[in-house]
Amino acid sequence: MRNMERNLVLAAVLLTIGAMPALAASEDDYKTALATAESAEKQADALRNKWTATEAQLAVAKKAAAGGDFDAAIAAAKDAEALAKASVFQATSERERWKDMEIR
Amino acid sequence: MRVRAIIFSAIAALASGALACIAASALAAPDKIDPVADAKAFQKYFTDKFPKVKYEDFVNGPYSMNEDMHRQWEEKEQFPPYEFALEAGKEMFSTPFKNGKTYADCFANGGIGIRQNYPYFDEKEGKVVTLELALNRCREANGEAPYSYVKDEMASLTAYMAFTSRGKPMDIKIPDDPRALEAYENGKRYFYTRRGQLNFSCATCHVQSPGERIRAEVLAPALGILNALPIYRSEWSGMGTTSRRFVTCNSQTRAVPLESQSDEYRDLEYYLSYVSNGLPISGPGARP
Amino acid sequence: MASTIRVRATASGDTTEVQALIQHPMDSGFIKDAQGQIIPPHFIQQLTFEHNGKTVFLANWGAAVSKDPYVKFSFKGGAKGDDLKISWVDNKGANDSTTAKIG
Repeated sequence: MRNMERNLVLAAVLLTIGAMPALAASEDDYKTALATAESAEKQADALRNKWTATEAQLAVAKKAAAGGDFDAAIAAAKDAEALAKASVFQATSERERWKDMEIR
Repeated sequence: MRVRAIIFSAIAALASGALACIAASALAAPDKIDPVADAKAFQKYFTDKFPKVKYEDFVNGPYSMNEDMHRQWEEKEQFPPYEFALEAGKEMFSTPFKNGKTYADCFANGGIGIRQNYPYFDEKEGKVVTLELALNRCREANGEAPYSYVKDEMASLTAYMAFTSRGKPMDIKIPDDPRALEAYENGKRYFYTRRGQLNFSCATCHVQSPGERIRAEVLAPALGILNALPIYRSEWSGMGTTSRRFVTCNSQTRAVPLESQSDEYRDLEYYLSYVSNGLPISGPGARP
Repeated sequence: MASTIRVRATASGDTTEVQALIQHPMDSGFIKDAQGQIIPPHFIQQLTFEHNGKTVFLANWGAAVSKDPYVKFSFKGGAKGDDLKISWVDNKGANDSTTAKIG
């Protein structure tokens, strides 16, 4: 059960990375993507379960945007969003799952 | 067990929507919190898994798991690397604050030989109090700035206090107070919960894989894992407090660490110390 | 000022076993601090153990030796009650020495 869930999460992350728009992106597109990612990260923060990987990708996105490369910035923001959502999934599923690991 | 699995699936289905509901249902879990049974099962798990390891030796972490490392560690104990921090700690402990008081005034028995009683549940505050937290509160109560929980000064102080308790069995108490039981349970839940992008829980390494390697390091068993703290860690070329260890373990699983002495960490220390009750304090320690 | 050198020397028959722990940062000069600045190299370059005026152990160290180095070795010819002198010099010209009795 656990492996399947983990594979689903992994698949979700990979699919999101794969689905990139072919046209050059605008700064507005970036801002939207960043806002979505940051909102998901806020959820993770509320659950006390942020990942360093998510934070790293958010930094990559901001840096790319500062340099004017909005395609890269959006790609990184979408990665960050996927990672943040995965961390939220982890926190919510682990609320019951942890008992599977417990020594009894 | 089957019934529980069905309940889990149902709750998981609800989880995708209302997070608040999840929080409520976790607290309303049907199991009774039984620390005595937990500790018994916990200790049995490790003594069964490692029948050749002497009971008191579990507090030596990876050294109890690997003969060659044990030999090297025994040699090193003649001139332990934590010696400098320990001496510094002894001096710090006896140096008065600006107002003339000392740490001894904040603790039972002048702070000597009491480390094994920490953490404890403070019924007035309704929270777990760790030794590191108590030390900083002592400082603040006497007009001194608190120390960083992850740096050398705190490590030196706890090194000295641990040293005065060497050999004494860990003696954590859980009062008959639902808040204390909840703090204990929170700590237990934290220990077993997977976190970080690597999806590891503390148990992944210290319950499932003690004695095995993660990269080049041999993993310590969870039993008695806090008894040797603070430690001089060769990898850090310096001392590490309990706080530092929790923070770095989190970041190593690619989880953003929580604040030192956050509720989760205090509760975690409470749980881990309690289930190791009876094992001797061996701090300060040394690790690879 | 407290010595940076802890030493224990034990004679057993013809052989003397020596252990020493030296307090020194042993900065390699490759590590950066929290602000991103290189921590300048600061390490012991020479460590000497002398027995009856004769050098029994001499180490020429560089940046690869870690902080608070621990040394263990044995030599022939020491006896209980003899003096063992330990001294070090680092790349900044600082030094320390101590004399211990072989036990």
